[in-house]
Amino acid sequence: MIRFTELYHAVDATTKTNEKISAIANYYAAALPEDAAWATYFLSGNKLKQLVPTSSLRKWAAEEANIPSWLLDESYHAVGDLAETLSLVVPSGTIVDDLSLSQWIENRLMPLRNMNEPAKREVITMIWKQTSAKMRLVIMKLITGAFRLGVSKRLVTRAIAEHSGVSADVISHRLMGNWKPTPAFYERLVDPDLQDALSSQPYPFCLAHAINTELETQSIGGCEEYFAEWKWDGIRGQVIRRASKSFIWSRGEELMENRWPEIESAAASLPEGTVLDGEILAALPDGKVLPFSQLQRRINRKTVEKKLLVEVPVVFQAFDLLEQDGIDIRSLPLTERRSRLETLMSNLEHPQLMVTQLLDGKSWSDWATIRETSRDMAAEGLMLKRKDAPYATGRVRGTWWKWKVLPYSIDAVLIYAQKGHGKRASLYTDYTFALWDGDKLVPVAKAYTGLDDSEILKVDRFVRQNTKEAFGPVRSVTPTLVMEIAFEGIQRSTRHKSGIATRFPRIKRWRHDKNPVDANTLQELLAMLP
Amino acid sequence: MDALLQSTERGLYCPTGDFYIDPQQAVQRAIVTHAHSDHARPGCRSYLAAQSSEQLLRMRMNDDAALEFLPYGKSLTINGVGVSFHPAGHILGSAQVRLEYRGRVAVISGDYKLGNDPTCESWQPVKCDLFVTESTFGLPVYRWQADETVKDSINDWWRESRDTGKCCVLYGYAIGKSQRLLASLDPTTGPIYTHGAVEKGCEAYRAAGVLLPETTYVGTVTGKNDWVGAMVIAVPSAHGTPWMRRFGLVSTAMASGWMAVRGSRRRRSVDRGFVMSDHADWPSLLTAVEACDAETVWVTHGYSAAVARFLQEKGLDARAIDSSTRSESDEDEIAP
Repeated sequence: MIRFTELYHAVDATTKTNEKISAIANYYAAALPEDAAWATYFLSGNKLKQLVPTSSLRKWAAEEANIPSWLLDESYHAVGDLAETLSLVVPSGTIVDDLSLSQWIENRLMPLRNMNEPAKREVITMIWKQTSAKMRLVIMKLITGAFRLGVSKRLVTRAIAEHSGVSADVISHRLMGNWKPTPAFYERLVDPDLQDALSSQPYPFCLAHAINTELETQSIGGCEEYFAEWKWDGIRGQVIRRASKSFIWSRGEELMENRWPEIESAAASLPEGTVLDGEILAALPDGKVLPFSQLQRRINRKTVEKKLLVEVPVVFQAFDLLEQDGIDIRSLPLTERRSRLETLMSNLEHPQLMVTQLLDGKSWSDWATIRETSRDMAAEGLMLKRKDAPYATGRVRGTWWKWKVLPYSIDAVLIYAQKGHGKRASLYTDYTFALWDGDKLVPVAKAYTGLDDSEILKVDRFVRQNTKEAFGPVRSVTPTLVMEIAFEGIQRSTRHKSGIATRFPRIKRWRHDKNPVDANTLQELLAMLP
Repeated sequence: MDALLQSTERGLYCPTGDFYIDPQQAVQRAIVTHAHSDHARPGCRSYLAAQSSEQLLRMRMNDDAALEFLPYGKSLTINGVGVSFHPAGHILGSAQVRLEYRGRVAVISGDYKLGNDPTCESWQPVKCDLFVTESTFGLPVYRWQADETVKDSINDWWRESRDTGKCCVLYGYAIGKSQRLLASLDPTTGPIYTHGAVEKGCEAYRAAGVLLPETTYVGTVTGKNDWVGAMVIAVPSAHGTPWMRRFGLVSTAMASGWMAVRGSRRRRSVDRGFVMSDHADWPSLLTAVEACDAETVWVTHGYSAAVARFLQEKGLDARAIDSSTRSESDEDEIAP
């Protein structure tokens, strides 16, 4: 566990990618398979299910630190991270032994889940007494399920590849889907001679880089080198047909079982050994695509009742073919994959399985014009894909581009602020913005991103000096600052005071040139409703 | 107590003595706890401070400022109010101000820390009826490690960097922190250099008789210099500026109490964060309050509301005398 703690802090301490990779590779170099398996499990973003309720941890930590619970809450708001707060408030202990990572997980932490409250408390208190603040932070993060190393999955994959000599693409593929952190799994992961054969396993998704203006298209080549498609506003997914079974995976590598029965049954008509990449969309039988807010009604349902199936039917818009007849064809150029996809799908003619239409255009400006109509199509903009490129693993520059329509935007007034989390802990970075409704300011959106570090410090200072009232962690401030808020969509909502919910709001820029009176009105926002 | 001390817009005011302690604006008569610029502001008609802060204050103030000094423990009477200074342990010459009038005693802590610091006199408890305490790190998440531990980790980092062909750049405030850092270094590891603002502070410390390891001001280095294995003490605002380029491959670190929290550490985007503070942490704040034995505590400069509420619940008459909390950047702006 000391080594794993060191790994965590080494990665945390540096901002340089190469140092992060070498810290991870060093860890693997000296780790036993059972520890390496667990390390891989956590490094690729998996969590243990909650072992101890956080409310109990808070209570016990406050008692150990001899402080009232409100002061623990106050500390949490300042630190912005619960596991870290728990680690810091309890006076530091001394490390008495060094169990390995797997011993810690399997023998000390996992049994916590089935213990009764007093037994849990005894174990946790013992852990606090036997850990330094540094190790304790890592363990508390594992216990609360908040463990996250500041590295991308791609980086972890590269580090394992560097250590094992197996190529990063193979590692990345083997890490897809559901697996258990056993020594046997790890040995398979880094085995250079193994043939991969797991029927449910999806391929790593190819991701796009953004371009924003027509001008930027100049730098990516001629339009004849690309296919253009709508950038659908749905759920990205892979549909797999292997071993007479169908699997639908989300981009978050979640196996979506029973979630999309229409697509699952349609997938049964696919030939054996087929993998499609595409988008799940809510669409009516006449082809009209419904807004994302409709699809959202189905997203978190584990099972879907009949009424919803009728109201929000879904289709799968396929845009790529990754595997055919059981053969991985990702290295073929897109033109070839596309033509095979079209042939395959034309033989099926299943209403729930469609091939995404290619958009006509003879110049970038043709496509720029088409892009302007995206919102009418319930699309987010255009996708541009290089015709000669293979299907890339992850976000590789130059193969896929997303060219979104300009977001909606409004000028709103900052009225509440709250401290952020993680890197922004103890700074006021979470803001609520309001619009005018007559002579009142009505909150319409919360935005956490968009300002740069120096602007954040300025707003932080402003909040500290202009607080009107504090309600718990929230501060209301004198309405002074005006910011332009950009958002992707807007819909009616009964949960919001303003009667409106915005989708993915963020700060576009700080309008130093505007006073609160110059901000937009709620009526102006309502006028943007589709 | 109102005749002895009041909290006003301009800062703490003694009506009977007609003077301010660390005023926020220019006033007639100011008593100054220490030479940091958020406590010692220019423009007042006259200043009174502890004798051992003389070098630092003279460096900070205009030449024509009317400065008077009083040794620790010696008393002076101003309009019937007895005034004396007592070591606060924050930086060289930092003082707690003790006021006495008709048998009632108030102590204003200024900024302070407990424990030993080779570059300044150690904090001493002063019994009083009213204790005004700072609370920069007044939350139970702030618990400083033993000085030796921090010192060792800084020296280990220096040796590691030297052995991997790097130059160390360690950031600390120009006055106080920098000199404490210097006194913690093992000079056998390599040469020590200073940023201009830091060097000025060192001159004042040395003039006051504080022993510091030998340093070279970076500005006096001409031509090609081998920076590998060197330690450069600089102000935080130098981070990421063109001034840094000369050092080649560097490992950077920040020494501050804020480094105790991961978020602050990451925000700095330095390679290392050392938790070294010249302010009281949570346990020492409680120790200080207890040792002063005051029935009334005023809390300022930091987590005032939280500390005041905690003390109230312990049965003390405590209140927060300001609402603005201190942010990390406030300390950075302490001018060189």
